Amino acid sequence: MTHSADPPYDLVIGLEVHVQLLTESKMFCACSTKFGAPPNTQTCPVCIGMPGSLPVMNRKAFELALKAALALECEIPRMTKWDRKNYYYPDLPKGYQISQYDLPMSRHGGLVISDPKGRFETKRIGILRAHLEEDAGKSMHDEQAGKADSRIDLNRAGTPLLEIVTEPDLRSPAEAKAFLTELKLLLNYLGVSDCNMQEGSLRVDANVNLHVHTPQGPVPTPIVEVKNMNSFRAVERALAYEAQRQYEAWRETGRRLGDVPKQTRGWDESRQATFEQRSKEESSDYRYFPEPDLVPVTVTDEEVERVRASLGELPARLRARLEATYGITPYDSDVLVNQGRALVDYFVALADRCGDGKAAANWIQQDVLRTLNDRQIGIEHFPVSAEALADLIQKVRGGQLETSRGREVLAGMIETGKPADEIMAAMGIRPVDDADLRDLCRELLRANPKIVADLKGGRLKAVGGLVGQAKKRNPNVNPSRVQQLCLELIQEL
Amino acid sequence: MAISRAEVEKVSLLARLLLSEEELDKMTVQLGAILDYMDLLNEVDTNDIEPMAHPRDVTNVFRADECRPSLPREEALANAPHRDAECYLVPAVLGET
Repeated sequence: MTHSADPPYDLVIGLEVHVQLLTESKMFCACSTKFGAPPNTQTCPVCIGMPGSLPVMNRKAFELALKAALALECEIPRMTKWDRKNYYYPDLPKGYQISQYDLPMSRHGGLVISDPKGRFETKRIGILRAHLEEDAGKSMHDEQAGKADSRIDLNRAGTPLLEIVTEPDLRSPAEAKAFLTELKLLLNYLGVSDCNMQEGSLRVDANVNLHVHTPQGPVPTPIVEVKNMNSFRAVERALAYEAQRQYEAWRETGRRLGDVPKQTRGWDESRQATFEQRSKEESSDYRYFPEPDLVPVTVTDEEVERVRASLGELPARLRARLEATYGITPYDSDVLVNQGRALVDYFVALADRCGDGKAAANWIQQDVLRTLNDRQIGIEHFPVSAEALADLIQKVRGGQLETSRGREVLAGMIETGKPADEIMAAMGIRPVDDADLRDLCRELLRANPKIVADLKGGRLKAVGGLVGQAKKRNPNVNPSRVQQLCLELIQEL
Repeated sequence: MAISRAEVEKVSLLARLLLSEEELDKMTVQLGAILDYMDLLNEVDTNDIEPMAHPRDVTNVFRADECRPSLPREEALANAPHRDAECYLVPAVLGET
């Protein structure tokens, strides 16, 4: 049912992303935020909503949020406050969530996304707002028959969250995925969040509708909020599914935006489909009102500038610098930067030392990253230092050994942690004296009159046969030098 | 009336309060009286007054990001009407997974 031509609609997507901030303690109390503790062992009167308990704001949480907001190019109002969002759910012990309603701590920012594969134009996705709020607890539903109760674990209740809301600027599932990837990378670089979706420290909801092309102009369809997407790939698939579903629903019912209340649908990974969950309560139903137990926070210009100065080099600028300084492609810089700051530092040390950015990028992308993937380790645990690898790359560039043998040497270095020289010695690789090589070539030319005749007849490809024989005689020969010498010596015959 | 009966019904539903017909009537009158009383505030001229977000003129009360021991689980769960060894138990929430 996919349409090969451009679909007769524009897909309009806005995202709401919740990220857990990397604090030791919760947002309003001193309980640990550590993931994976036994249920209900990280709670106190504040986070389980005991009467008379009072919240006190975690300074670190506010600072991390400020960092993220500034990196997202947001405006920082000089005053922000807290509000109660009232709703009843068993994992929300107070009956309200402390959040920010009309005076969020940041608004009106943006994040630039681009695609090295060129599937969409580089564009800036607007950020409507980013605000702080506390997380709820976790409900666990036992599917087992006869067990009707849900179990509630409140360890997560009160963990600091930053909610980042985009403008409806995204136009395809690929753009949505690119935005999430770039956002996660940015927050990782900032040290604001680990954005681990498996542990729930990054969660995404999407608001989706279509602007259907009609002779009367574009017609917006009802907005659907999609939830339960547990990976970036799931987001991509759910959005693609939803676009097709909404287009079919529009053709069937002709329903437009405003005809029905906003609907919430969940993504079912096993069925690869969205299903209806409930009609969304209007925001006034949350009966927001100012949180009387917390005082407002003011931010000064000096503070904003101090935090801005502490952001460091962020991914977009880092990519541009690597491309400009080391002559690598946008694709290369994207791969390197996406691996995180530690790998970029390794690349920079390697490229500076071996003097060839492109070679450094290639060796990292082929041999280094494969090893990191196979062993599930980070670059910090890679057994070959940038200096040792640079030494090897220089030997290859200097013609002491060809690339494929160089890769074997690197495998040995990874295995043993020894430097290139020792591995080469152990493998019997030593530089071949040029005079010896010349003798070897003469001998081969004498022994192969057929090839010599071919070469003289202008079939230069025939030299490959000589190179092959030379390698058989001495695996250490440099093939391009053999080729060069044979063609040179043939003139003497 | 400052508040309609339908609004009281809606608010009671949101607050998960099951009120009888008589109670709804009574609440409509009482909440209306409270709102009428609050309306007195509208008589104050606030044109030149800066809005405030909190009744106390205090800002930026923070604590350091340091952990302290949490409640022992037995104490945390002590008042729960239903529980097992680790968790609070509540009637299954239907319609969501």
